[in-house]
Amino acid sequence: MALIFLFMYAPIALLIVQSFNKSKSRGRWGGFTFEWYGSLFSDESIIEAFTNTITLALLSSLIAVVLGTAACIFLTKLKKRTRSILMGVANVPMLNADIVTGISFMLLFITLRIEFGYSTILLAHITFNIPYVILNVMPSYRDLNPHIYEAALDLGASPAYAFFKTVLPEILPAILSGGLMAFTMSIDDFIITHFTAGAGVQTLSTKIYSEVKLGIKPEMYALSSMIFLAVLILLILVNRVQGSSRKAQEEEV
Amino acid sequence: MTKTRRISGFLGLPFVFWAAAFIIIPLLMVVWYGLTDENGALTFANIAAIAQPAHAKALLLALLLSLLATAVCFLLAYPLCMFLVEAQKTSNSFLTMLLIVPMWMNFLLRTYAWQSILEKTGIINTFLTAIGLQPLRLINTNGAIVLGMVYNFLPFMVLPIYNVLEDIDKNVINAARDLGANGRQTFLKVIFPLSLPGVISGITMVFIPALTTFVVSSLLGGGKILLIGNVIEQEFMVAYDWNLGSGLSLVLLLFIIINVVVSVISERGEEELRRRKSDAEA
Repeated sequence: MALIFLFMYAPIALLIVQSFNKSKSRGRWGGFTFEWYGSLFSDESIIEAFTNTITLALLSSLIAVVLGTAACIFLTKLKKRTRSILMGVANVPMLNADIVTGISFMLLFITLRIEFGYSTILLAHITFNIPYVILNVMPSYRDLNPHIYEAALDLGASPAYAFFKTVLPEILPAILSGGLMAFTMSIDDFIITHFTAGAGVQTLSTKIYSEVKLGIKPEMYALSSMIFLAVLILLILVNRVQGSSRKAQEEEV
Repeated sequence: MTKTRRISGFLGLPFVFWAAAFIIIPLLMVVWYGLTDENGALTFANIAAIAQPAHAKALLLALLLSLLATAVCFLLAYPLCMFLVEAQKTSNSFLTMLLIVPMWMNFLLRTYAWQSILEKTGIINTFLTAIGLQPLRLINTNGAIVLGMVYNFLPFMVLPIYNVLEDIDKNVINAARDLGANGRQTFLKVIFPLSLPGVISGITMVFIPALTTFVVSSLLGGGKILLIGNVIEQEFMVAYDWNLGSGLSLVLLLFIIINVVVSVISERGEEELRRRKSDAEA
């Protein structure tokens, strides 16, 4: 098991070491430096790729959350047969190979003569994010007691008000975890972005891929190490907080 | 109630539109391009092109390497999950640490880092020469590609297997022991059959990304080893022969459909089992 741990983390450790390497060539150790962490912020193309990656992930997961949650409400009201067909269609991007999804978008945009760029990537990301939202929200929505919503309506609440007061709070955790999953998928995606990005716009993934042949800039190692460590620390903190709140709950009981 | 129904129909509208415009129509475009030539005339030539030696070789190599990678993933994941479930103190957070956290380092960079480990002057060969052994040719080999596939897709195998193994009722295992089964028999007759849905789901989740990848092979194969994914990618991004690229993708789509059918059947079986179990409990 320690070996599997080593196997998973060796490349990551190497990348972090690389980000402190004074020598630009990756085979040689040229001494320790923080240089790349500084020059990173004056490298406009990296900052731009980073901004694109983050805003794409935020926007696409947000829109997917809205569409996906609305779809769950719609789907549960349908007859079983229609529902399973529509669910099947919604799951296609998740089951399909990324390369096929990627080229199918490429052909769509070519045929419709839509110019490749930020919006085409966004459309593609929303589409492959929706199933992750449905996957998380559907079970939670189905477990709801429908009478509470109906009671709210009977008591004179408008459908929207009843939804936001009775349904939404119940399914919020599921929506959040679905959104987080979608966000992660969007950040991590390369293949679908590769086929929908065109020449003008780059995300971190497409930038890395285009740099591979010439050698990856050390600033990229620095940025990735920072993102990785930030997420790691965040996870540990969340774990601590959850752990202590659980402990507190147990003590109360 | 009709009012609620109308509202839910209204909510469904964007989703149905979205699914049609961005899931169904794009896939039909792949079919359309795959079945026509550049003038729009119907032809099977793009699909038949899979039989050309270069394409057939790329497909067979992709099949071979992805099957190998799937097998290796299974052989690594199963004992790991058994160990994790038995140790019990290792909770989800450990699994997250092992498999999910690495995903926050960009996967292209992580795969690229294997170059530094495997290359001629890389870490492994530096170590080998330091202890007086001959350096090995590791990078740009089929083995390097399998390693890259295992590295990238192992989590897809571990998670479903871990979930089913964790769900197995410990009483069932104890019952088998009490009835005189030894460790091996308990495993073969009880644990393994019960974990089969997870295993199948793991296999289908590793096999398709491995079969269709072009990233792993281009990063660790040095551009010399072409898998079917590389061929399709080049048709689209370099040669701009969308018809041929789509035709070859339809061949891949066949494998994907088989894969989906297998996983749906296995899920049905699992649901059936669960239903019977809850019936029995009731």
